[in-house]
Amino acid sequence: MASSDVKLIGAWASPFVMRPRIALNLKSVPYEFLQETFGSKSELLLKSNPVHKKIPVLLHADKPVCESNIIVEYIDDTWSSSGPSILPSDPYDRAMARFWAAYIDEKWFVALRSFLKAGGEEEKKAVIAQLEEGNAFLEKAFIDCSKGKPFFNGDNIGYLDIALGCFLAWLRVTELAVSHKILDEAKTPSLSKWAENFCNDPAVKPVMPETAKLAEFAKKIFS
Amino acid sequence: MEKEEEVRLLGFWASPFTCRVMMALKLKGVPYEYLEEDLMNKSPLLLELNPVHKKVPVLVHNGKPILESNLILEYIDQTWTNNPILPQDPYDKAMARFLAKFVDEQVAPAGFRSLVKAEKGVEVAIEEARELIMFLEKEVTGKDFFGGKTIGFLDMVVGSMIPFCGVRAWENMGIDMIPEEKFPALNKWIKKLNEVEIVRECVPPREEHVKHLKRNEERVKSAFKRQI
Repeated sequence: MASSDVKLIGAWASPFVMRPRIALNLKSVPYEFLQETFGSKSELLLKSNPVHKKIPVLLHADKPVCESNIIVEYIDDTWSSSGPSILPSDPYDRAMARFWAAYIDEKWFVALRSFLKAGGEEEKKAVIAQLEEGNAFLEKAFIDCSKGKPFFNGDNIGYLDIALGCFLAWLRVTELAVSHKILDEAKTPSLSKWAENFCNDPAVKPVMPETAKLAEFAKKIFS
Repeated sequence: MEKEEEVRLLGFWASPFTCRVMMALKLKGVPYEYLEEDLMNKSPLLLELNPVHKKVPVLVHNGKPILESNLILEYIDQTWTNNPILPQDPYDKAMARFLAKFVDEQVAPAGFRSLVKAEKGVEVAIEEARELIMFLEKEVTGKDFFGGKTIGFLDMVVGSMIPFCGVRAWENMGIDMIPEEKFPALNKWIKKLNEVEIVRECVPPREEHVKHLKRNEERVKSAFKRQI
């Protein structure tokens, strides 16, 4: 498969873009990374994703696939004979992985993002409470899904690891900005250990933004 | 051949999300026990099975709960492999998943907004909803069903949400959201859907449903007004 066959429209700072990048790394699929300029959208992006006009978009032989988690599943389906399985094979485990991935996007990440924008003390307290509840759910989900192994997906990183792990750099930037430990080893020991393992995975390291660089970027876009 | 399986479905009779799961179970010929939930008074069983969202539908298969209607459809498809629901081709599968998410997260809320907007805003809300529904029109053009020759995942998702829920609510408000001259393919598809036995068996009965939506509309409108 020629590398020009696979293109990914995205941006280095986006956690959603990180997801398909990790998946492509896991499957050893070479791709051309087309970076969008922050603040503007290219013609190609608008043409490839007319519904949402958002990144990431995977272009496989010029056919667009949109929505980060859907792209990850597509990568797993298409390059199924290459590399480890990204989705669990058991239908129940698969349903659970997808459920938690949806929860992370709809509730957990929304809370994390609102932390940076939170105004007064009352607002901050409310967000912290939401995140703590979310973390408690995820700690339990990790114990249930991992069954004693290092990742949600078992021995290797998979769909749910990617769905949550992509936010770790932003999590660290937020913790620094609000001076509050969001992922606390004391409260969520398993999740904290998992986070460390995830960041060290060879498929993740090349695409995980450095905290300092991301913090600088965050200052720029939130100012 | 599968051994005796215990399948239960917790649902709400008027919910499009419950409706689509019933369609899938019927298509696969899976016998199940149906447990009706009173959403104003949720059962301890529901709260135990879905502590995170406390919502229906919940499929319980041999004691294990599966949550979120579209995830339940995928689970059903993988577990009972006769009469496939999702497309086989990875690209078509990705497209079906994308559009299902689009229907639930964009189309449905936009359609809902046209129900609650005051007279001044309603025309704009209708146009916005129609713009989104046009993506579905394009997808089903030239096909009998979204799934091709027979109904599939997207027919169940769009079908439960639009013709047998949205349209009924819009009609209550005197809104013709998807007129035939603007949406010929969707209207043709709806006619075909009405001929499918599984669909007819699973959609909420029209008269009761319309009454329910009318009652709901008053409650929802006043709740919405209070938020402004």
